[in-house]
Amino acid sequence: MIKKAYTVYMGLMLFFLYAPIAVLMIFSFNYSPSRNYWGGFSLRWYRDLFNDPHIPQALFNTLVIAVLSSLIATIIGTIAAMGINSLGRKTKSIIIGVTNLPVFNPEIVTGVSLMLLFVFGIRVLGFGEMGFATLLMAHVSFNVSYVILSVMPRLRRLDGNLFEAAMDLGAPPMRAFVQVVLPAIRPGIITGALLAFTLSVDDFIVSFFTIGPGVNNLSTLIFSMARRGINPRINALSTIIFIVVMILLYIINRRDSKKRKEHLA
Amino acid sequence: MKKFILGVALLVTLAISFTGCRGEEIRVFNWGNYMDESIFAEFRAQTGIRVRYSNFGSNEEMHTRVTGGGGAFDLIFPSDYMIERMIREELLLPINFDNIPNIRYIDERFFYLPFDPENRYSVPYKWGTLGILYNAVMVREIAGDIVVDSWDILWDERFAGNIFMYDSMRDSFTPPLKRLGYSLNTTDIDELTAARDMLIQQRPLVRAFLGDLVKDSMIGNEAALALVFSGCARFSMGHNSDLNYVVPREGSNIWFDSMVIPRGARNQAGAEAFINFLSSPEIALRNTLYTGFTTTNWATLEMLPDEIRNDPAFWPSDEVIGISEAFIHLGEFTAVWDRAWVEVLATR
Amino acid sequence: MKRIFVYPYILWMSVFIVAPLLIVLWFSVTATAPDGTVFTFYHFTRFFAPAFEGQPFFQRIYIAVMTRSIRLAVVSTIVCFVLGYPLAYALAKFYSHRSFLLFLFMVPLWMNFLLRTYAWLTILEQNGVLNAVLSFLGLPTVDLLFTDTAVVIGMVYNFLPFMVLPIYTVLRDMDNSIIEAAQDLGANRVQVFLRVVFPMSMSGVISGLTMVFMPAVTTFVISNLLGGGQFILIGNLIERQFIHVGDWHFGSAMAIILIVIILFMMGLIKLIDRQPKEPDGATVERGTLY
Repeated sequence: MIKKAYTVYMGLMLFFLYAPIAVLMIFSFNYSPSRNYWGGFSLRWYRDLFNDPHIPQALFNTLVIAVLSSLIATIIGTIAAMGINSLGRKTKSIIIGVTNLPVFNPEIVTGVSLMLLFVFGIRVLGFGEMGFATLLMAHVSFNVSYVILSVMPRLRRLDGNLFEAAMDLGAPPMRAFVQVVLPAIRPGIITGALLAFTLSVDDFIVSFFTIGPGVNNLSTLIFSMARRGINPRINALSTIIFIVVMILLYIINRRDSKKRKEHLA
Repeated sequence: MKKFILGVALLVTLAISFTGCRGEEIRVFNWGNYMDESIFAEFRAQTGIRVRYSNFGSNEEMHTRVTGGGGAFDLIFPSDYMIERMIREELLLPINFDNIPNIRYIDERFFYLPFDPENRYSVPYKWGTLGILYNAVMVREIAGDIVVDSWDILWDERFAGNIFMYDSMRDSFTPPLKRLGYSLNTTDIDELTAARDMLIQQRPLVRAFLGDLVKDSMIGNEAALALVFSGCARFSMGHNSDLNYVVPREGSNIWFDSMVIPRGARNQAGAEAFINFLSSPEIALRNTLYTGFTTTNWATLEMLPDEIRNDPAFWPSDEVIGISEAFIHLGEFTAVWDRAWVEVLATR
Repeated sequence: MKRIFVYPYILWMSVFIVAPLLIVLWFSVTATAPDGTVFTFYHFTRFFAPAFEGQPFFQRIYIAVMTRSIRLAVVSTIVCFVLGYPLAYALAKFYSHRSFLLFLFMVPLWMNFLLRTYAWLTILEQNGVLNAVLSFLGLPTVDLLFTDTAVVIGMVYNFLPFMVLPIYTVLRDMDNSIIEAAQDLGANRVQVFLRVVFPMSMSGVISGLTMVFMPAVTTFVISNLLGGGQFILIGNLIERQFIHVGDWHFGSAMAIILIVIILFMMGLIKLIDRQPKEPDGATVERGTLY
């Protein structure tokens, strides 16, 4: 009974979350370029999308930045979390406090301050310019905090002696890490990486300030279009992305449940 | 896991190879949707120069990006008052007009304008006016046979909830300042305060302060009146035949967007080649039809069909141009304007 | 020996977290004068200054904007909590395909943020999808777009997953034997929830509140689009200074004021959290995400 009520509730929430996406997808088939005016069914935006000179590049940048930044942030964050975990109480609280800052900080402040940092850095170094690299660094830098904050609680729960015990038994540090520590903190690492990926894909404000001349990701491209008209090609692109993600999700889910069944049998 | 690492390695290589392939290129910084981007391929075919294109949403945003450092553009498309400011801040390079033979197609009346008095730094791209876009059917339903020809209608209480203002400080201050008979570039605190109070008085009638959204919203009959640029008006009118555009008789803003080459540009010759390309009548025609904004190219104008040329939203009459005023950079006084504008927005 | 792992991170942190904030702080207390850079608190006094003699504190323009931002953010956070907690609970306790369902709640976040918010415009407009459905059902139509409500809907929509995730994680990892023990001791369902489950999920709740409140109080895109530019928030003010006015000093001062207020609010939230401290004194980790 309660489960049924919850299922209904969950359905409503999913409807709330997906209704705008459905609207977006429906309007990708709108012949008219207007956002609220239905001009008949058409695939013209899909055709245009494949001939568009910028959108594929922006999509590519978004994905590469998301994958690389979440990967790098996960590595840096996990190692840092292990280091932080081994510290004394006082230093630990200071470092965690600082790590929390990007989470608390208004995104716009993060964006602007990173832009200032990069400008300053470029002047000091005397070479380089804002672009792909600065965008990547900016994304890594806000992602690292989220990874650390995801991994820390897992580490805290892990018995600190386990690692040492494994080494005492003759395991080299790398092996002790891979076989003892890693499995225990894996859920934290996975949520951290997933969150980092999501935040990177979803980010607009920080990208807006740290991107350079001639480089765009989807967010900045859409924003610059917004002032004088969002091109429905973007809707078409989102529809394709959505469908691809859903298919992937379905495949993964099926494989998982198959595994689970095999496991039970 | 191995597959994953392999995948990432592949992505990295791809990323590097993508950013690595450079021949001669120029970096162009323009308003969003302000150019038919398919012309880039032709430019490349003609000259071998690749166009790297990014967009901005406002003159001020552009200025922040360009002065913030961190990277150089070769060609930018600012508006009048911003060009004046950039000249004053020594951010622009003089253009070598010898590289731009197509300049002969640009209407002479767009040269030597007040923002570039010596005509050294800019080549006109587009121009237009600011006015009222109105839905004739809705206006008749609400107020009968009223003639829309004055800013006063934006203060008419019958239109409460039926007015869209423009989400931009200088454009929103244009109606009250002109209604009061003041300059759009006032630096007189009393004049500004009077205009501000007039906008505050208007607040209960305003449905929203919109940017580009106003086009779609007017097409969708969301309100009867809107303050818009002429080019946006043309776009909306093309999708909803009830819509009309008028520049009120008290006068309005006339604006110019021109092409400039910023200091620090790496490929000035390439930028000039691109200006030349854009100034050719055929390419200007394509851009005009694509954007709906008015061209500065007389040869292009002659190629346009009559219905476009005779549209007041596309080509304002000399009378309208006569009563219109261009923006001038406000300098230090910008901060005072900004506070007045925040007071308008934050008053509910 | 694991301690050496931390040194590279400290370097990283100094460059990418501490240094940028110091730059902002620097901008907030300096001004460019004709004879170089000078120290000044002018930007801060300007923020709090009255427009005329004796103007009540909360009517001063920037303060009024600030309080409105906080009010809207608090409302959105509460709505997210009320909607999100049951959702997280259901996800954690009732379903076998948990990770799949969780993904379903994450996927909308992978569609671009600006596009999702744009889609709400189409839904909420006077002649929009919602009103079309309402009038089809014979119900009276509503005029929501460009109101406070639209801004709150936009915030809840965009930030709800950030409330659900941390609460879900805590609930999922909760030891069911404790709940069973409470039941064995005669507690009914409501008592079990109020006395055992809810207090134990507090750390997740707090992360959720934080992760929703932060972006809600600083957003400028949602208030621009769904509020029709009429609900100017503190995020809009900061954005204006950096992008439209170009006064980075005043913008930085506003950012610093905002950070101070946020830290204060976080302190308030921490007060609610009366969970016993961990034996190793890890109270600083209350803001823990997962």
